[in-house]
Amino acid sequence: MQNHPVFTDNDPQTEYSTLNLGPTHPATHGVFQNVLQMDGERIVNGVSTIGYIHRAFEKIAEHRPFYQITPLTDRLNYCSSPINNMGWHMTVEKLLGITTPKRVDYMRIIIMELARITDHIICNSILGVDTGALTGFTYMMQYRESVYEIYEEICGSRLTTNIGRIGGFERNFNKIAFDKIRKFLKDFNYGLKEFESLFNRNRIFVDRTRGVAAVTAETALNYSWTGPILRAAGVDYDVRAMEPYSSYEEFDFEVPVGDNGDVYARFLVRNEEMWQSMRLIEQALDKIEKESPEIFHADVPEFYLPPKQEVYNNMEALIYHFKIVMGEVDTPNAEVYHAVEGANGELGFYLVNDGGRSPYRLHFRRPSFINYQMYAPMSQGMLLSDAIINMSSLNVIAGELDA
Amino acid sequence: MGKIANEVLVEKLAGRFGDQVMPLNQDFGLLAVETTKELITDVLAYLKQDEELKFIFLTDITAIHYPELEKSIGVIYHLHSLTTNTRICVKVFLTADNVHIPTATNLWEGANWMERETYDFFGVVFDGHPDLRRILNVDDMTVFPMRKEFPLEDPNRIDKKDYFFGR
Repeated sequence: MQNHPVFTDNDPQTEYSTLNLGPTHPATHGVFQNVLQMDGERIVNGVSTIGYIHRAFEKIAEHRPFYQITPLTDRLNYCSSPINNMGWHMTVEKLLGITTPKRVDYMRIIIMELARITDHIICNSILGVDTGALTGFTYMMQYRESVYEIYEEICGSRLTTNIGRIGGFERNFNKIAFDKIRKFLKDFNYGLKEFESLFNRNRIFVDRTRGVAAVTAETALNYSWTGPILRAAGVDYDVRAMEPYSSYEEFDFEVPVGDNGDVYARFLVRNEEMWQSMRLIEQALDKIEKESPEIFHADVPEFYLPPKQEVYNNMEALIYHFKIVMGEVDTPNAEVYHAVEGANGELGFYLVNDGGRSPYRLHFRRPSFINYQMYAPMSQGMLLSDAIINMSSLNVIAGELDA
Repeated sequence: MGKIANEVLVEKLAGRFGDQVMPLNQDFGLLAVETTKELITDVLAYLKQDEELKFIFLTDITAIHYPELEKSIGVIYHLHSLTTNTRICVKVFLTADNVHIPTATNLWEGANWMERETYDFFGVVFDGHPDLRRILNVDDMTVFPMRKEFPLEDPNRIDKKDYFFGR
């Protein structure tokens, strides 16, 4: 790359040094670089460079039928890939005018909230690691593993799940999956309590995080922040509450809001969100019991991929399968913006469709991309060790940042 | 406060800007309006600062390319009023030989990277932007890859052409 920022306006009376934080440094949690101008351990100035794993998501999406975009969405925020999946499919459903059955909505809520929990587990436990506390991290990984086992039970894969379909899911939740979800709720209820007691009043952790990188609500809004970091600054904006999708309006949950927008507040907001997610999953489990157990997708054969067994044995299914895979289905000439509450904030899909095989234009509003741009300006005047913790608390996922 | 109806929005914008802000469509309830690059800063400032509208939140800036149109590049702003929970989409279309448009960074700091990304992919030049460089692609790239003249696949490949499917 050329035009790397070189700080040339150094005051000759002061000796500043230039430090490359990243692109591959354990503390950056991904492949992105910050060129920092340092006065001893204090950051005087900084410039962020991103784009190291840019994979042209939007360009590729313009050349693929709707279904073949699903595996791309998995690879955006890979810590909570089901939310990306569901967000994409809900956008397409909005465009096509598909209404999903209630049971599908509840199943989606379970999966999306589990994904939010895994994402927050990683963020908060790594925040602990960056302050020097490895125990919380190793301890919490077992719960992430439990969630991955639930994914595995439902769709066969763990990280890049490919779990959603237009109109619902590829497979129904079986009994083992439900058992695993219930067991997870029971175990994690205990685990999260322990995690909180390990950190919330831990003197070292609180001293390292309280008052660090505090952001006012006004600044956060000015920088278009969303998600837990915005709520930690005191703004109760949550897409689930404000523009409910997937039947969130039927659920009883709270939107946790912080006070002073510092790293500690972000940590607390994420923890509280995990409690709320568990509450949502419990309600969804109760609601599912009242629905017919066979339903796991909407009845839209022209858009829902038929099961493979039927494709082999049923002519109609074969035709639909062919038409869907080749993008040979009629779609409206319209544009749609759909947002879901991702683990890091508002995850928006802006889809312009012209009735062709693929979207005419697909733009992805990536919360990590928008949240991260404030990192360098807000690091000015900060100690390097605080800047590291600040980066963890923003929970920037490189796959989503670069898209 | 409840959502502002699209008719009210159109009326308010028409009252302030006349026919310089034209409604385009209301697909799925989201009002899209078109304006000119001369007025875009005023329109965004009005939407943000008006006491009733309060579109204080800049959700997104992006662009779209229609090579067959005279004004082929569209810059698209998504705004959100968090007090009334209303969204609006503002579009400005530019000709390919003059892709200059004023920056929105003096209204929202968050517009900075969104505009850099739009420049990187579509070549839209945001006048007054403090640091208009490529953001995701390499700096020595000479083209703007999201424009339609840069196909992703082998241009000689014909098996996926729309006309084979009756379109």
